[in-house]
Amino acid sequence: MKLTKEDVIYVADLARLEIDENEVDKYVEQLGKILEYEDQLNQIDTTDVLPTAHVLPVKNVLREDVPVPSLDREKALMNAPSQDKGCFKVPKVIE
Amino acid sequence: MEYEIVIGLEIHSELDTKTKIFCGCSTAFGAEENTQTCPVCLGLPGVLPVLNKKVVEYAVKAGIATNCNIARFSKMDRKNYFYPDLPKAYQISQFDLPICENGSVEIDVDGEKKTIGITRIHIEEDAGKLNHDSTGTYADNNRCGVPLIEIVTEPDMRSAKEARAFAEKIKSILEYTEVSDCKMQEGSLRFDVNLSVRKFGDPLGTRTEMKNLNSFRALERAVEYEAKRQIFEIEQGNKIIQQTRKWDDDKTESYSLRSKEEAHDYRYFPDPDLVPVVLTEEYISNIERHLPKLPWVRKAEYMEKWNLSDYDAEILVASKEIATFFEKTVDVCNDAKSAANWLMGDISATMNEKGISIEEAGFSPEDLGELVNLINKNTISTSIGKQVLKEMFDSGKKPSVIVQEKNLAQMSDAGELKGMVLEVMKANPQSVEDLRSGKEKAIGFLVGQIMRQTKGKANPQMVNELIKECMNEI
Repeated sequence: MKLTKEDVIYVADLARLEIDENEVDKYVEQLGKILEYEDQLNQIDTTDVLPTAHVLPVKNVLREDVPVPSLDREKALMNAPSQDKGCFKVPKVIE
Repeated sequence: MEYEIVIGLEIHSELDTKTKIFCGCSTAFGAEENTQTCPVCLGLPGVLPVLNKKVVEYAVKAGIATNCNIARFSKMDRKNYFYPDLPKAYQISQFDLPICENGSVEIDVDGEKKTIGITRIHIEEDAGKLNHDSTGTYADNNRCGVPLIEIVTEPDMRSAKEARAFAEKIKSILEYTEVSDCKMQEGSLRFDVNLSVRKFGDPLGTRTEMKNLNSFRALERAVEYEAKRQIFEIEQGNKIIQQTRKWDDDKTESYSLRSKEEAHDYRYFPDPDLVPVVLTEEYISNIERHLPKLPWVRKAEYMEKWNLSDYDAEILVASKEIATFFEKTVDVCNDAKSAANWLMGDISATMNEKGISIEEAGFSPEDLGELVNLINKNTISTSIGKQVLKEMFDSGKKPSVIVQEKNLAQMSDAGELKGMVLEVMKANPQSVEDLRSGKEKAIGFLVGQIMRQTKGKANPQMVNELIKECMNEI
């Protein structure tokens, strides 16, 4: 499958990336090369191979349902670009 | 009707754990904004989520109670989207390997039984809560990471009533299994409706999705509204557009949020921070063995052991709190029919009126049992019992104490009553004549006079007998 301009614009939009229109061709080429490289995997016969759920042979890492102290609110909000009323403040979201 | 309505539900339920799904922050409802967060649930860089053991256990419980196959192998995936209530910009959920699949639940609508298929139940984290005002949007992340199960049904329901019956059944199952407290006013149980209409026999129509219905009433009304809207559109010759709509319960209408063209592309992939969950036969059967009694099991017991009707038993088991209260009451008074009548009648009416639950009624099952005993022993009449109950709601005092303090005990002293009966009969010669000439109704009037004089405390049966006895003396 060949990567198109539309794909690049769509993916950038999904990732909320602003890209310059005259850069799109460059990304089509660069991303295209990466995908082409990865496409080699599709040449392997995986008929009898189970899908990988995790790369490590580890399972059932669980914790007990026991509360631990949370962060102080001041600390929780410390890195927020904007905060007010004890909350993270963001530009108004209209549904 | 010419059209068939096709409904599937997605039900989100917050699990009744002490801590969040991937960190040790408390899940308690109603805390100050952003006081129950940590680097894990805030999605700060470099943290590692660890799955809460209870979340797995509760999801398996819910799966067993809804006849699902429990996955021996399941995993967590990332669902990617940007929204201010989601600090990580992805929600950890389950995509292709959910923990439960292929279940079913039986519902009962107007005496007709029907089986509703359950496609899957998966575990995931809740998002934060957004508050909006004119100055901006404010994110409270206390709810971020609260564990949820999402129950997805097959498109098996055909009416608002069926959708409601199914939702109520799920609520009672989750309550009985103690998987969720199901406090709807706190958002512990929320419904999304997928709905389409078609002419009978046609293939499925285009569906719309309505999100976040927080009450049974809203669910029922949203279904009715959306079905009408779609039928109207089709009748007008318009096509139904696949879209997400939001229900406004105050305006009783829905409006479009987004159409399919701008629908999300979630780019699910396995979460590399979390390892698969592998369950053994032993683990699953152990949970199955310890599952609390489910509502339909209790219902069958009530009908068999106590001879309650199907209808009465169904109402009593609909809420675990009521069922438990009922059973404890019967332990005290050994009169299931009376206990059921009080609970389904005056008590439930008063609870509705006051908007309170049985736990907030202010009296215990032992108190209700005592009230039933007082009536059965003829210490008070049923109508006085109603007064006593009202007082129990108001003051929380024991029925025997109320009866004593307010001097409500029934007058059963034949000598004392007889004097009153004779007086009343002398004062109402016409009624006595009527009674003598065979008009049985007249006795009711005379009894009524006595009851009024004694403020309802006379034993009516005794008064009846005394009147008949006095007929010869007058």
